[in-house]
Amino acid sequence: MAAIQFTNVSKRYDSGQEALKSVDFTLESGEMAFLTGHSGAGKSTLLKLLTRVEQPSRGEVWVGDQNLSELSRSEIPHYRRTLGVVYQNHRLLEDRTVYQNIALPLRIAGFNEEDIGRRVRAALDRVGLLESEQKFPQALSSGEQQRIGIARAIVHKPRVLIADEPTGNLDPRLSLDIMNLFEQFNRIGTTVLIATHDVALIKRMRHRVLILDKGRLRHVQ
Amino acid sequence: MSSSETRTRGASDLSVSRWQRLKHWTVQHRLESADAVKRLLHNRLSTLVTMLLLAVVLAVPTFMYSLLGNLKQLTPGTDFEPQLALYLSTELKAEELDRFSRSLLLRDDLLSVELISSDVGANEFKSHSELGELMTLLDENPLPAVVLAITRDQDPATMKLLRESMAALPEVDVAELDVEWLERLEVIVGSFSSISFVLALLLSMTVLLVIANTIRTMISSRQEEIEVSLLIGATGAWVRRPFLYAGLLYGFFGALLSLLLVYFSLALVEAPLAELTELYIGRFDLQGPDLSLIMALLMGGTILGWIGAFIAVSRQMGQLHQGSD
Repeated sequence: MAAIQFTNVSKRYDSGQEALKSVDFTLESGEMAFLTGHSGAGKSTLLKLLTRVEQPSRGEVWVGDQNLSELSRSEIPHYRRTLGVVYQNHRLLEDRTVYQNIALPLRIAGFNEEDIGRRVRAALDRVGLLESEQKFPQALSSGEQQRIGIARAIVHKPRVLIADEPTGNLDPRLSLDIMNLFEQFNRIGTTVLIATHDVALIKRMRHRVLILDKGRLRHVQ
Repeated sequence: MSSSETRTRGASDLSVSRWQRLKHWTVQHRLESADAVKRLLHNRLSTLVTMLLLAVVLAVPTFMYSLLGNLKQLTPGTDFEPQLALYLSTELKAEELDRFSRSLLLRDDLLSVELISSDVGANEFKSHSELGELMTLLDENPLPAVVLAITRDQDPATMKLLRESMAALPEVDVAELDVEWLERLEVIVGSFSSISFVLALLLSMTVLLVIANTIRTMISSRQEEIEVSLLIGATGAWVRRPFLYAGLLYGFFGALLSLLLVYFSLALVEAPLAELTELYIGRFDLQGPDLSLIMALLMGGTILGWIGAFIAVSRQMGQLHQGSD
């Protein structure tokens, strides 16, 4: 079954800029793929369509059995809870501890405190930072911060994990660590889509690569 | 583990049952109100300054209404009873006067009736007035007999009606009511009441603006948190909630503090006010705001806080477009 499906998707912004042109691709459930291209090629737009921040001007975006264009305003938050998203600048809340940051998606989804504690620790364990629970993000290295960002993205066990330049600020060794982490989640069945311009890293990883070029998609194995 | 198995597990984790949701909703509200208190305590100084500002603003109309309550309490005074004075016709003979005053005694609408004959009146006049000497120059006593009556109903309107019906009696020449100062007091109370109302209205708007502005600043300092929360699936209501709680708390504690200010202000005016009232109506105890005023203040403050926060949040959220960055 397809986890993510784009059918003839175009996106034109009000400014007239055409960010995506007839994009077609399918990501099977449990698949892992990279999305790459120069800056301005449409990577961010594609991710914004997936997180339902933007809507396509033409075509359809399906995630699982949900056509994103058919989501009502009140359904959007519930849809977003089925995703895990990792950001380049990790977007952790500086005034909250690591624990509180990772607990946020669970609080939003209405889990009870006991469940939250269990799941947060499980997520921290998976990214290897169990001892940092009560630290504030600024006390951690950038590699560790990004791992906390990933823990927050997977703590509610999303079906689909999306990452936007997750290694943008990291040196090659740390980048590889982070990518290995994504592979671990993919191995237990999570569908993973990573937007990155780190071509060297992509070549080492042997996954499907989607290349965007001026809004058009070229598939490369 | 196959991918389909993981999917099912993932899905069941997310689909929290309706009952659980309700349970978590109440727990969440409790946690969030506690969280809101914690945050207000975190910026102790600015929180205190804002609450004091609200307290001062709320204290003004509350103080006015407390005074108004005291003034109203004067209107049906216990020390002072307005009298109805009936100046009787000079042509009436002694037994007719007697019969008339007796007939008045039988009336239900009069509490007491006192007949002052023209002789008694003349003697009183002589002893109390500088003009007493004049009386000796006159052959005849020119003073009419007077009946002083205290009415059962002290309401000025009813008393006026009674005065008119008395004046229409054949035995009565003139009927007078010494409620002039009462009427004046009523006018004062009335204008004081409308001034208080207008002030309360204007100052309520001030409270609204102060809270809306405070919450607006609060929201912009937590912009990142709001954006991230929306991106990971928070509903608008979830994002709004802590700010609405903050507004509510500002309003409630502002009102509570203002109550202290009101008691303090009343204590300040108590002595001069007592002196003033002593001159007119004797001893008088200044009362604090009554229970209904206190309730109105606390509830009004809380509701204003909530509305102020709601206005600020709605405006800011409108600009956020569901988390687009």
